[in-house]
Amino acid sequence: MEIREGLYYSEDHEWVRVEGDNAYVGISDFAQEHLGDIVFVELPDLDGEFEAGAAIGVIESVKAVSDMHTPVSGKVIAVNEALEDSAGVLNKEPYDRHVAVLKMSNRADLDKLMNSVDYTAFCTREAE
Amino acid sequence: MSLQQTPLYPMHQKYHGKLIDFGGWELPVEYEGSGIIAEHHQVRRQAGLFDVSHMGEIEVRGAKAAAFVQNLVVNDITPLAEGQICYSPMCYPDGGCVDDLLVYKFSPEHFFIVVNAANTGKDFAWMQEQAIPGATLTNLSSGYAELALQGPGAEAVLQKLCDVDLGAIRYYWFDPRVKIAGIDCLVSRTGYTGEDGFEIFIAPDRACEVWEAIMAAGGGRVLPIGLGARDSLRFEARLPLYGHEIDREITPLEARLDRFVRLGKPSFIGKEALVRQNAAGPQRLLAEFEMIGRGIPRSHCEIQKDGQVIGWVTSGGYAPTLDKNIGLALIGQEFATAGAQFDVIIRGKPVRAQVGAGIFYKRKR
Repeated sequence: MEIREGLYYSEDHEWVRVEGDNAYVGISDFAQEHLGDIVFVELPDLDGEFEAGAAIGVIESVKAVSDMHTPVSGKVIAVNEALEDSAGVLNKEPYDRHVAVLKMSNRADLDKLMNSVDYTAFCTREAE
Repeated sequence: MSLQQTPLYPMHQKYHGKLIDFGGWELPVEYEGSGIIAEHHQVRRQAGLFDVSHMGEIEVRGAKAAAFVQNLVVNDITPLAEGQICYSPMCYPDGGCVDDLLVYKFSPEHFFIVVNAANTGKDFAWMQEQAIPGATLTNLSSGYAELALQGPGAEAVLQKLCDVDLGAIRYYWFDPRVKIAGIDCLVSRTGYTGEDGFEIFIAPDRACEVWEAIMAAGGGRVLPIGLGARDSLRFEARLPLYGHEIDREITPLEARLDRFVRLGKPSFIGKEALVRQNAAGPQRLLAEFEMIGRGIPRSHCEIQKDGQVIGWVTSGGYAPTLDKNIGLALIGQEFATAGAQFDVIIRGKPVRAQVGAGIFYKRKR
């Protein structure tokens, strides 16, 4: 299982990549492995405003349906529409495929997230 | 309560099964590596090996065994030859389903009935309530392990290990005395995937040997397959699952299993109710549908027509071979015609779907 350095991670197994005020959010390798073959993604609406921890979309695998949360508060400024036709890429390249981009409204949200070292330990505990 | 393990448990560990609680049984939903969709394709394209030891086996013996079974099930077992199998729902007097099952005829005095795992206890109790003098029932479920080898490559692989010509075992027939790698097995040409294949009944203490022999004979062309793909394969082939397409509250006529319901039989449990329902026409019918809008229909999703509830999804999902989101729905009969449209309510939102006919997977023979 890969845990990429330089990203922020939530306890719901989402990652955040920060570029200026923008937060790219996606799901971790742990999340995709746990879900199994992903066959459907429901993306958030553009301009939707969300609080950190809120459900912004849905990810469905063959067997499971789960909410996708945003680890940071903000407004959705872009979504990865390509996922609507090829949801399975989230299994193959979870860290290279964001689900949405939010303009952060509160950078302090990042302080509550884990770095790759914290997240590695968190996943180890989850797997036990 | 601790989970029950099948005799193949060591194989699930060896082949890295992702084990889950499946109705009280610790069984693999998939094996580590490629995922449920890849396992699904493996069975459609080559061959897959399943542990289905959780299934129940009930034996009926005695001078009145045939009469007992004939009264118990809605299909007609009288035309069955020795060595032949038939599928049948088993109903309550009101026409609702106790279960669906396979009846193996050894002789007029000896039948072997395979039932759904989760229903074994209920089924056996129900059968005992119907018992008649001259028919003895025995629950043999703990006495058998069961494997399923399914897929277009199944026969060629299994033949390498067998002392009999498997080509002689036709669809829905069985041979109770086959040696696989020298081990005594009952082999039937049956399955729950929509592909050609076999189901193999073995003494529990020899089951792992048979599994390993099949894996070795496959030489990489047979892979172990978990319950996730077992469900997607059966669903895509439109095979009914108890608790979904049929149930205590759903009759086999509503589930469109008419061809297995022999209303002309002199008597059987549920006959009066089913004859009545057949004469009036079922108020609800199972319908195939395909999504038009974006969304995956799941079991229990509500179905609406113009905002009015008309039924629910019994099974639904992504069908890997067809590469479509499809489903089965139990809906008011007036809505169950090909071309009709309705809404599947997915997470509170209506998503359009269209009723079809013949949209599910059928293997080319």
